[in-house]
Order: sequence, then structure tokens, then C-alpha cells
Amino acid sequence: MYDFNYQKPSSVADAVNAMKAASDGKVLAGGQTLLPTMKQRLASPSDVVDLAGCGDLSGISASGGSVTIGAMCTHAAVAGSSDVKGAIPALAAMAGDIGDPAVRARGTIGGSIANNDPAADYPAACVALGATIKTDRREISADDFFTGLFDTALAEDEIIVSVSFPAASKAAYEKFKQPASRFALVGVFVAQGSGGARVAVTGAGENGVFRVSAMESALSGNFSAGALDGASVSADGLNSDIHAQADYRAHLVGVLAKRAVAAAG
Amino acid sequence: MPDGATNTGIGASVKRVEDKRFLTGKGNYVDDINRPGQTYAYILRSPHAHAKINSIDTSAAKSASGVVAVFTGEDMQVGSIPCGWQVDSADGTPMREPGHPALAQGKVRYVGDQVAIVIADTLDQAKDAAEKINVDYTPLKAVVDLRDALADTTLVHDEIETNISYDWAIGDKAEVDAVFDGAAHVTKMDIVNNRLIPNAMEPRAAIGDFDRASGEYTLYTTTQNPHVIRLLMGAFVLSIPEHKLRVVAPDVGGGFGSKIFHYAEEAITTWAAGQIARPIKWTAERSESFITDAHGRDHLSHAELALDANGKFLGLRVETAANMGAYLSTFASAVPTYLHATLLAGVYTTPVIYCNIKAVFTNTVPVDAYRGAGRPEASYLLERLVDRAARETGLDQVDIRRRNFIPSDAFPYQTPVALAYDSGDYEATLSSALKLAEVDGFAARKAEAAGRGKKRGLGYSTYIEACGVAPSAVAGALGARAGLYESAEVRVHPTGSVTVFTGSHSHGQGHETTFAQLVSDQLGIPIENVDISHGDTGKVQFGMGTYGSRSLAVGGEAIVKATDKIISKAKKIAAHVLEASAEDIEFAGGNFTVAGTDRSMAFGEVALTAYVPHNFPHEELEPGLDETAFYDPANFTFPGGCHICEVEVDPDTGTVEVVSFTAVDDVGRVINPMIVEGQVHGGVAQGIGQALLEGCSYDEDGQLLTGSFMDYAMPRAHNLPSFKVATEETLCAHNSLGVKGCGEVGAIGSPPAVINAVVDALADMGVTDVAMPATPQTVWRAIQTAKS
Repeated sequence: MYDFNYQKPSSVADAVNAMKAASDGKVLAGGQTLLPTMKQRLASPSDVVDLAGCGDLSGISASGGSVTIGAMCTHAAVAGSSDVKGAIPALAAMAGDIGDPAVRARGTIGGSIANNDPAADYPAACVALGATIKTDRREISADDFFTGLFDTALAEDEIIVSVSFPAASKAAYEKFKQPASRFALVGVFVAQGSGGARVAVTGAGENGVFRVSAMESALSGNFSAGALDGASVSADGLNSDIHAQADYRAHLVGVLAKRAVAAAG
Repeated sequence: MPDGATNTGIGASVKRVEDKRFLTGKGNYVDDINRPGQTYAYILRSPHAHAKINSIDTSAAKSASGVVAVFTGEDMQVGSIPCGWQVDSADGTPMREPGHPALAQGKVRYVGDQVAIVIADTLDQAKDAAEKINVDYTPLKAVVDLRDALADTTLVHDEIETNISYDWAIGDKAEVDAVFDGAAHVTKMDIVNNRLIPNAMEPRAAIGDFDRASGEYTLYTTTQNPHVIRLLMGAFVLSIPEHKLRVVAPDVGGGFGSKIFHYAEEAITTWAAGQIARPIKWTAERSESFITDAHGRDHLSHAELALDANGKFLGLRVETAANMGAYLSTFASAVPTYLHATLLAGVYTTPVIYCNIKAVFTNTVPVDAYRGAGRPEASYLLERLVDRAARETGLDQVDIRRRNFIPSDAFPYQTPVALAYDSGDYEATLSSALKLAEVDGFAARKAEAAGRGKKRGLGYSTYIEACGVAPSAVAGALGARAGLYESAEVRVHPTGSVTVFTGSHSHGQGHETTFAQLVSDQLGIPIENVDISHGDTGKVQFGMGTYGSRSLAVGGEAIVKATDKIISKAKKIAAHVLEASAEDIEFAGGNFTVAGTDRSMAFGEVALTAYVPHNFPHEELEPGLDETAFYDPANFTFPGGCHICEVEVDPDTGTVEVVSFTAVDDVGRVINPMIVEGQVHGGVAQGIGQALLEGCSYDEDGQLLTGSFMDYAMPRAHNLPSFKVATEETLCAHNSLGVKGCGEVGAIGSPPAVINAVVDALADMGVTDVAMPATPQTVWRAIQTAKS
């Protein structure tokens, strides 16, 4: 690890100012990606701006048919939250199956979606549930937020404050884990919300999370596993690596989508 | 339990005495050791699989903050790292053994090859300075795949003009070919034994130290055999005589074979400590372990089995290419030959066998022994072939094995591949496993699983292995350079407590418990009065170390021999005190008694007398009670058994779940059943890991694709069922304890059982083979291929 300036502001506004002032600052949330990268000397930020002291980034609340999760809420907190479990049980279950207990105790929702790892779980949940990401300066819909591999709509110094999820009448997430990392080799989040059926896939796409419109159409009038018979995903644009070639990933999207719909009831 | 056993003696599940310090963080590992004035080393490694080094500029690094010294291969002109085992090609030429420099000499041959050592006051300073080293490389084409290497178009070592180290064979090819010509059926298979990365929990570490006053070097290192390292490094690499070189292997956190070998970092830190006259610590990071710890397995074989019309095996012929990696590591040459080809008879009466082994260099990490070492390759090849033969001939999996078992009354049994088995009862382990695995209920379980959309399969493996490496006579007859015995010293202290110095090294095996049980049992003293000392050439007289499940069968026997000497000497002392003849002294229950009388001395009294010899007849009886013994076994030991695996496959995703795993092993006499069970559990876990999860993968340029736990899948608890484990004992016929060894049986017996189960599950879909590791994608693809 190279030397860096450590900063621990006590509010989002101060954190944004610290980022603006830094020549090459990085925001530290749960540190599940940033710290290992720094330890391996693969990242050398001038400043690390730790959000742990920002009280305005914590807390989970439910109101008006949606649940709002502070950016610094850990996966364990989301998994254990009665508000989340009450509003969107599939979201709590998904958070409870991220990584291992140590990861869930440190990793945060804000850190996960800001990093936008193509195999992360939260992007699929955000897109499938039609979440809104609130930052220090604006609100961004999930559809507009995830822009590519490890890429988001966030500006360099923009910090996520919270994520709001509208409750869905039906939702479920099916994850097929990569055997080594246990990240999603393919993960499919399906939801039946006020805006209709949504199917979001993580782990498979070359550019990260994506929606499967053919499946969404098939489910719109008939939210059942059987409605997906014959619906398939093209292998074009899907990842190939030693764990799964694109055709296998495409196949898994179909299998998992059906299982998710069945699980959603 | 034999006579005289107590609740801490032979046959008792004594809790491991070493676990208290491990579980409370009191272990003393190499990285826990700090020497006064210690510096820290970072080793700059090759980013290329194959490249010429044009120049190395270390000037900026040498002047960087905190840097004590920087050395490259140009500075370190020492001997080549040797391979310990000689294997001659079939035409009589010795194996080709190109130079293996500790620091690269003009060329690098795998990603991770050592290029320079940077020594600084702190590790971060050493790393910072290493970034300032400018190495001018000319990258060369790398040869990574075994088939490509065999073509010899790209050479790893130009000077030997081929990539083949040796082309060795065992058996009479013409005789075997003739048998095949007349066979009723021939089963043929191409079989890959996948490449594995060992991943002991503790990464390797080394501290080199040099005492300017005495001129003595000390190396603290994570090794399974400190005396062997002292010999190899001292005599062959650094030219330091044994009396000026101490090697200490304190607590070591797992080895699985990967810590047998003499590694470059040991020589580099020891040599460099002499150069700077300060201690130097190097500890591998996990990512460094992946690219520098010797890998395991990596065989490509074609195997053919000839059968008669009754399913009797007539002959076996095998062609194997074994990947050696870039250099010959310490044990590497012996693995595919002496530990693989010689095991190809398995538990069967196959009368003739021919096996050809080509050992091949590639631009990859050296490949060497890993838990099982050669024997898992043999058992996998043979048990897959037998499974296939049964399917092709319509014979039942159990029946075909029974038809070919070496019968229990046939021992000693001379195989056609050099080894002579001393004892065994393969029907006993098979029938016990059939019951334990509840094979009778399998059809119902399969039907129930089918109702859930799952394919259920049952797989067998009846295997044998050879432990207790290596009897000098047998090893010598095979043409090896080495022979492996073991030594022990039993030192009785004046008040009757005992320290045992053993050349075996414990790095998870529980020797401090098992050996103490042995000595406690033999001397009739409480187990608390016995300490086991190992892992320091400054304390222990000599040793060959721990690998090949040899500690009890060889090291334990050496302890028994030394203990016998203690008892013999103690009888003389007792006879002197009790005014009787030594022949009339009986030793039982810790007491020396004049036969037929009540005149008796306790062990402690004899010990005290030995050290307070006021009236000894010194011409006939020396003071003291301290004896050393060396034990060279007459033969290998031959554990064997039956493993039965039951799996469920999800045909939609290809996921394999091991729902049940049964292991019934014959490891000879069991000293501590709990430790044996633990060893079997660990071995089976690694075997299931090889079968389903672990697959080392390189890209065509020689970059390791599975360079971390993000891509290299180790078995986790959820991948494993609760194992059903039992033992059936037949005693080893040539050692006094009757022990055979248990450290590797799990890893040797289990992989074919798992794959045979997967194939069984999918057989009705037309699947005939699934490669290891049978990952979901591999299984799914096998199903798709069978469908099309």
C-alpha cells in the first residue's frame, strides 16, 4: 500500500468538499474493493475520504410504499432490517447472501452500486425494482445510473446519499455463484411492480447489469415461470471466462429467470 | 486394543496436545520469529513466462530510502537447486536436468521466477525500491500446453535441445501388446489429471541469519523436512557444511507436499544474510504463493485395459505426459514414475502392465508432489478405466472389481510393476463400505431424486497406495538417487520424563500426540511425561521429514527401535541394582521386575539411577539413558480401501452436489482413531476439491488465470457432506506396529469415486466422461455434447 492522506469528514457536504480538494481522491465506504486494491498496489489515491463519520448516510426507513436505505448501510443491516423485510423481502434475502459474514458486516449498499462490479448483486436489485439513487446533488433512476463496466453516472466527486426502492408485489433474486469467488456468475432479479414486470441480469453482461425486455414482455400479462418458456437470451454481449463461456451464461439466465419467477410466487 | 493399552495409549482417541497452542494463538510460525537487527526482503519476480534478460539496472533501487542491499543473479553465483531423485530414460540415458538458478541467470522461465532480492529496513521500503528496478526483457514465445511442449518447437531450456527430461518406461511392451491382441475387449480412455495449486493455510516464509562470531548460518523456514533442506541447500547450492548450517522449521501451517521442496527463497535469504551480516525475513503473500509454490498433478494420459470374456483384466498399457513446469523441483521426477507407474496394478491381479512416462518442461511453475503424489494420478486413471470397462461390458461396478481383486490369501503379492504388497483385504473394505453407504437403498433414492428433477449417481473407487517412502533398497533398485529412512532419539531425563527427538516433522498431523501415545504406551509412563521435539537440525540428530504418509510407519518405527534400546539398557541398570541377571528382568506396566519375584524398580527409579550411577560397573554399564535409532523399512506400506460417493446433479445448471461420501480405509493398526478420522476428512475434502472445484489454468502466454481465490476454487464446508468414515485393519507385515499410514488415503481414493458418481448420474443421458474439475459448466457442456 502506498502512502495517502486519510480524511474522515462528519457530513456528506464535507466529504464532497474533501473530494473536490483532493488531487486524486477516493471515497471509502465499506472498503471491500478499494482496500484490497490498495494493498496490492493496484490503486494509489492521493486521499482516502472515509464516509464512516457521516451520520447523514445511515439509516433505513419505510414510508409511502417504498423503503429508503442510507448509502453506508451494510449488507448485514439491510438483510436484518424489518423495514426491508416487510416491504421487499427479496431485497433483504439478496443482501443476506452477498459474500460472507465478514463482507456483509463491512460492505455497504452505496459502495456496491458506486463500484458497479459487473458481478455484484445490488445493481440487479436496483434495476429490477426501479430504484432511485439519491446523491449529494440529484436523484438518478437506476436505469440511468449503471452506465457500464465499473462505470456509473456519478461525477468524480459525487457521493451517494441513499437508495429508494419502491415496493414490488412480487420479487425474487436467483444467484448462480461463481465457484471460487462466490460472486454472481449469473444473477437474475425479477420483480412485478407498479411499472410492470422487470427482469435484471447481473454477472453475465460485458457491460454489467442489463434488462431482458423479451422476458419482461412475456411476464407482463402472465407473471409465471411458464410464461418464460421459449424466451432465451442471446450469448452476444455476454462475458466469457474460465468459469463460464457466454453460451452457458445465456443458458443460465433462462434457467434462473424461471426459478426466480417461480420463487416470487 | 493391544495388551497394555490405556486411555492414552495405542488405540485411544487422545485429544491433540498441540491444539491448545494453535487454537489460542500461541503457535510459533516462521513469520512470528523476529531476529535482532532483522531486515525485510521483497523478491522481484518475472512478469513473463519466458523472456531473455538483457540487463537489470538496480542503481535507483540501491539508493532508495531504507534499502540495505539489492542482489541479482549476477551477484549470486552459487550452485544449481538440485532435484533429489534420479530417473533414467528407457534407453539408459540419465534424465536431463537443466540448471535451476535461485536468482535468474540471463533468462526467466515462468511467471514468478526470481529476478532480484531487495532488502530494506521495512517491507514497504523494499517494495518501493523494487519498483525502481529496471529489467530489460526480450519476451520469448512461451510453451504452456503439454502437447505443444512435446512437439519441441519452443524450448524451455535451449541447452538440452528438447523439452523432455526423461522418457521412462516400466514393463515389457511387446508382452503387453501381445496380450491386447488376444483380448476379448479393450477399453480405451484419454485421461487428464488436472493441475492443482496446493494452498497451505500458512504461506511460505524464510528468515536467513548469519552469526559473524561463529560463521554459522541459520535458516528458519516453512519446511516439512529441515534436514533435507540443510543437505540440499548446504551441499549443492551454497556450499555451507552441515556443522555451520542450522535449519529450523518451527510450527508450520500445513504443507500437503508443497513444503517438502527446497525453494529458491531459502537459498537467497540465507546467502544474502551472509552478505549483509544481518537477518533477512521473507514471507510470501498469498498471490505470491499461487505463482511460486510448486503445483501438483498435471498428467495427460492415454490408457488401455484388456479384458477377457469374463471381465478379468489381462493387461494394462498407459502413456503419460507429466508436466514438470519450468525446472525439476526436488521430488518432481519421482512422482510420475516411482509413485505413479508402480501403482498401476491397483488392487487387481492384472498380470502384465506397461507404462511409459514422458516428463516435460513447460513455462509454468514447477510441478511436484502434492498430497498423494503420483498415487492419486494412478488411482484416478485406473478407477475411471475400470468404471468405463464395466459400462462397456455390461458388468456391475462392484462385480467387475470383485472379479479382479487380489484375494486376501495371496499376500505377499508381487505386482508386475515392481512393488510387492505385504498385506490387505480388499473384499473387507469393499463390503464394509457397501453397508455403510447403504448401497442397497440407492435405487429408491435415485427415483426420489428424479421426482425433484435431479440426477442421482453412485461412484466407486477401490484403490491402493504406497506409503512410508521410501525403503532404501526398493528406491535403489528403481535407480533413485535417494533412500529414505528415519531417525529418533529417546532421551530419558533423570526424573523419568522423556523427550523424543524425531526426524519426522509435524505440520498438522498431530505427531506430538500420536508419538507421545506410542512412547507412553511402550514405557508405561504418563503421556504428560513425554515431549516430542522436531523441526530443528540443531536439536534433532537427523531426519528425512514428513511426506508420503511416512511419519508413523517410518518415523514411528524409529522411535520404537530407540525405545526398545532404552528398555534394554534400563533392564541392565535394573539388573545391576536388583542384583539379578538382565535376562531375568521383565518390563511391564512401567516396572522392571526380577522374574518370579516381587523385587521391582519403577521406570523413574531406573532413570534416576542411570544419572546417579554411584556404584555402576563402568566397564560394562555406561551412565545415562539416551538412545538413538535409525530405521530403514524393508518395504513400502500399502494402505487401501473403498470409497463410495453419491451425488445429485442438477441437469439444468450442471451443478454437482455430493450428498454422501463413504470412506472405508485400511491404514493398518490405528494409534489414534480421532486423528486418523481427521486425516481422512482432510484428504477427502481435498479429493473432492480436485474432482469438482480446483483447476489451475494458464493462458497461452503463460499467465496464470487462477492466480487468487477469486478464480481458484478451494473446497468450502458447504461443498462437502458429513463423511461416513470407517477403518478395516490388516496389519503391515514388516513393521512392529503394523501401521501403514493415513495421511493421503482420502486424497487418493476419493477423486475417481466422485467422477464415477457424476458419470453414473448422467449415464442415461449418454454421458461417458466428465473431466476434473467437474464444474457446473463442464458438466452442463458434457450433457449438451451427449444430447447432440
